[in-house]
Amino acid sequence: MNGFKVFLVMAFVIFGVFAGPCAFGQETALKIDTGDTAWVLICSALVMLMTPGLAFFYGGMVRKKNILSILMQCFIILCVISIQWVLFGYSLSFAPLKGFWGGFSWFGLNGVGLAPYADYSSTIPHQVFMIFQGMFAIITPALIIGAFAERMKFSAFLLFTVLWATFVYDPLCHWVWAMGGWLRNMGALDFAGGTVVHVNAGIAAIVTALLIGRRKNLDSNVPAPHNLPFVVLGTALLWFGWFGFNAGSSLGANGIAANAFVVTHTAAAAAGLSWALLEWLRNGKPTMFGVASGAVAGLVAITPAAGFVSVIPAIVIGLLVSVFCFTAVSVLKPKLGYDDSLDAFGVHCVGGIWGAIATGLFASKAVNPLGADGLFFGNPKQLLIQLIAVVVTILFSAVGTLVIYKVVDILLGMRVNEKEELIGLDLTQHRERAYTVLE
Amino acid sequence: MEIGTYLEFGAWSLEFLKLTEVLMKLIIAIIQPYKLEEVKEELYKQEINLMTVSEVLGHGRQKGVAEVYRGSKETGNLLRKIRLEIAVNDDFVEPTIKAIEKGAKTGETGDGKIFVLDLRECVRIRTKERGSAAIG
Repeated sequence: MNGFKVFLVMAFVIFGVFAGPCAFGQETALKIDTGDTAWVLICSALVMLMTPGLAFFYGGMVRKKNILSILMQCFIILCVISIQWVLFGYSLSFAPLKGFWGGFSWFGLNGVGLAPYADYSSTIPHQVFMIFQGMFAIITPALIIGAFAERMKFSAFLLFTVLWATFVYDPLCHWVWAMGGWLRNMGALDFAGGTVVHVNAGIAAIVTALLIGRRKNLDSNVPAPHNLPFVVLGTALLWFGWFGFNAGSSLGANGIAANAFVVTHTAAAAAGLSWALLEWLRNGKPTMFGVASGAVAGLVAITPAAGFVSVIPAIVIGLLVSVFCFTAVSVLKPKLGYDDSLDAFGVHCVGGIWGAIATGLFASKAVNPLGADGLFFGNPKQLLIQLIAVVVTILFSAVGTLVIYKVVDILLGMRVNEKEELIGLDLTQHRERAYTVLE
Repeated sequence: MEIGTYLEFGAWSLEFLKLTEVLMKLIIAIIQPYKLEEVKEELYKQEINLMTVSEVLGHGRQKGVAEVYRGSKETGNLLRKIRLEIAVNDDFVEPTIKAIEKGAKTGETGDGKIFVLDLRECVRIRTKERGSAAIG
């Protein structure tokens, strides 16, 4: 109860600070393209579906006493970040102010209307661009859940999420995607969120996993996923939604969207296959869990590259991402001993970094004239720019996450107590249980 | 008969009784689910590694009161418990009971119960061994 009160106070403080002066943005009379608008609206719905997909992907991996806590965390992010986004998150990310973030001029979608906004998308209503971006802002903090699953207090999680979205996601989004963002001006290529979404969330994942510590009894009783069919269902929903994530990032029903669609699908397929083969070689049997993990890793890796690379590089990106992520998950993690419970770091950060680098290797102006050539197309400088973007993301996300974690830990305490952890978060945080023994 | 013969017969009978005496026990413990890890740890410390664990429903005196804290509003409901079955030779009975007590006790109602039953026979299917030899 006390935690909830502190959360409310913090929420009011945040909302109060941001209820600053509002100004109207200028919008010129551009013509709306119905095909583009329809496509991006559909893609927004597809990306929305990824967060419930992620909920099942993660939910199946935890023990049955904690599945509702995962579903709940994903769905409450869907609720709370949606509100944050239309109130001030979109403004902080995309409003015209230059600097740390975009400022508050679009508070409450003031000036974000139904006419196109030329700087971002000249053929679809500004609000369509806004809601499409909003779905990205929702899934990014949800990805972090995998790192601290089964042991974070719900009130602390909620406050952490709102602060993280506001002070880490929104500024980084501004730097990479907003008009005038300095990483964008530098020429960093991130088609659909390899750095902003995946490296960013992946780094936050490893930082929170290290700070919150390992789960109880991890060595004596290695927790097995309680429902692998849920993991597979979640993977299927993620794969499906990812078409919106990547092909929608073209912001139009056009050739680039088609390219992104094809390479996204190809990379996911290659990575799923490659993970299964790796397991077959190393452990003797290919597993369903492995194919699911591989497919998601492939989707992560192709994300920054989707609008800039052709199909053969997509296969290479997919085949290799499983090698890197598999190594991170099944060699690095046990060796270093951190408890990134559901491999948010091992898949999203490692896969995202590989994707950003691969974009610097394989990007081609033949695919997208608005992009750039990568190393293999005679432009080694692009690789350097990609690396800078990755390093900046890592540093900013790590420091931001660390500070926010410490603040919330002091205010509310991040971790549930030992007894609550043993009983499970479903009963202790939500007074609900997912399954009955008898009917 | 001489007194010595009686004594001899008496000693022999005692030997016989010892031979036919039940030397094994089946220990059944009903505990709180979240205490399973601790109980297992305590049992392992006593080198008791063989057990059968099942998830069961039931209630004793507790009648769902503690469950309010743990989620269910209705009292009188059957509560989730863990049932442990451990077959041991007699000299392991006390260590087993102590280990379960140590691991499962919180002092609140609902901690559970331990039942100790005579165990007449034990067969290891693989080797067809019987009795004490088959148990461990």
